[in-house]
Amino acid sequence: MKKIEVIQNILEANETIASRNQQLLDKHKVFAINIMSSPGAGKTSLILQTLAKLKSRLNVAVIEGDVASTVDAEKVQSEAKAVVQINTRNMPESCSLMAAMIESALKDMPLDNIDLILIENVGNLICPSEFTLGEHKRVVISSLPEGDDKPTKYPLIFIDADAVIVNKMDLLPYVDFDIAAFRHSVEGLNPKAELFQVSCKTKEGIGRWCSWVLEQIETNDTKR
Amino acid sequence: MHELGITENIVNIALAKAGEAQAGKVIQINLVIGEMSGFVPDCIQFYFDTLSKDTIAQGAVLHFELVPAQLRCRNCSTIFQPQDTLWTCPKCRGQSIEISKGRELYIESMEVE
Repeated sequence: MKKIEVIQNILEANETIASRNQQLLDKHKVFAINIMSSPGAGKTSLILQTLAKLKSRLNVAVIEGDVASTVDAEKVQSEAKAVVQINTRNMPESCSLMAAMIESALKDMPLDNIDLILIENVGNLICPSEFTLGEHKRVVISSLPEGDDKPTKYPLIFIDADAVIVNKMDLLPYVDFDIAAFRHSVEGLNPKAELFQVSCKTKEGIGRWCSWVLEQIETNDTKR
Repeated sequence: MHELGITENIVNIALAKAGEAQAGKVIQINLVIGEMSGFVPDCIQFYFDTLSKDTIAQGAVLHFELVPAQLRCRNCSTIFQPQDTLWTCPKCRGQSIEISKGRELYIESMEVE
């Protein structure tokens, strides 16, 4: 019997495909945002609001990740330049999008006619934190009815986020959500994350969020 | 929750490395897994037994070295272990904390013959 040294990251296979995805996106000057949250926090609503605000300035495509159904793809169909629905039900893992799924979705997209891809991950605060997809920015949405303790309970997803969005701000009078405590936990875990308070229903804060998206695209364009 | 995909990667890496070493059988795979990574060893072993069937890794023992979470205070650099889900520096009570250990997920070595 002999011992062989390996020292190999088990997630490397995913990370290799993710960096290939990002190279492909950069080649076509496409910016990609990975949107993560628990189910029902407002990923689709945020995508719809972002489409409404930015579609006159940018060609925006959407990749929808769900365990099953095309419900979300149908909702964004009329607004987006292109939509690809990924159903993870038949994949080796159904709890998160993975880089290989994005790689095949990108094959179905007219990348030269797209400026921005919004990737809606599977609703889950645990698994998506382990898998990079090739995105340029990672965004986490927390909504008021979920409570202000999510960063404390699911730190990893917040640690790696570039932006954290608090959605359903219109419900503030009706729920016990301590915005200051939430902000404090996020800043403790991840001082670099940008924090946005929005309501997809009243459109509060959507303008500031969309300006941030435009700034990120501009900054990235000057880099590549 | 996503151990199946992870275990597929483990089997692929193990078979590739065993092939490079011209081994006939994989006896043991030594894995290092951080406490924060959220992967469940029993679950990985379960999938491994299925996925490695009819390969030279069939019957291999997975040995897990679990790395406890270790945090670092950004204010005073104190290294500490989280006591609960509230991450507070025991020295300065600061709550600006980063993970210094506990996210590992790699194959350290293998025993083959």
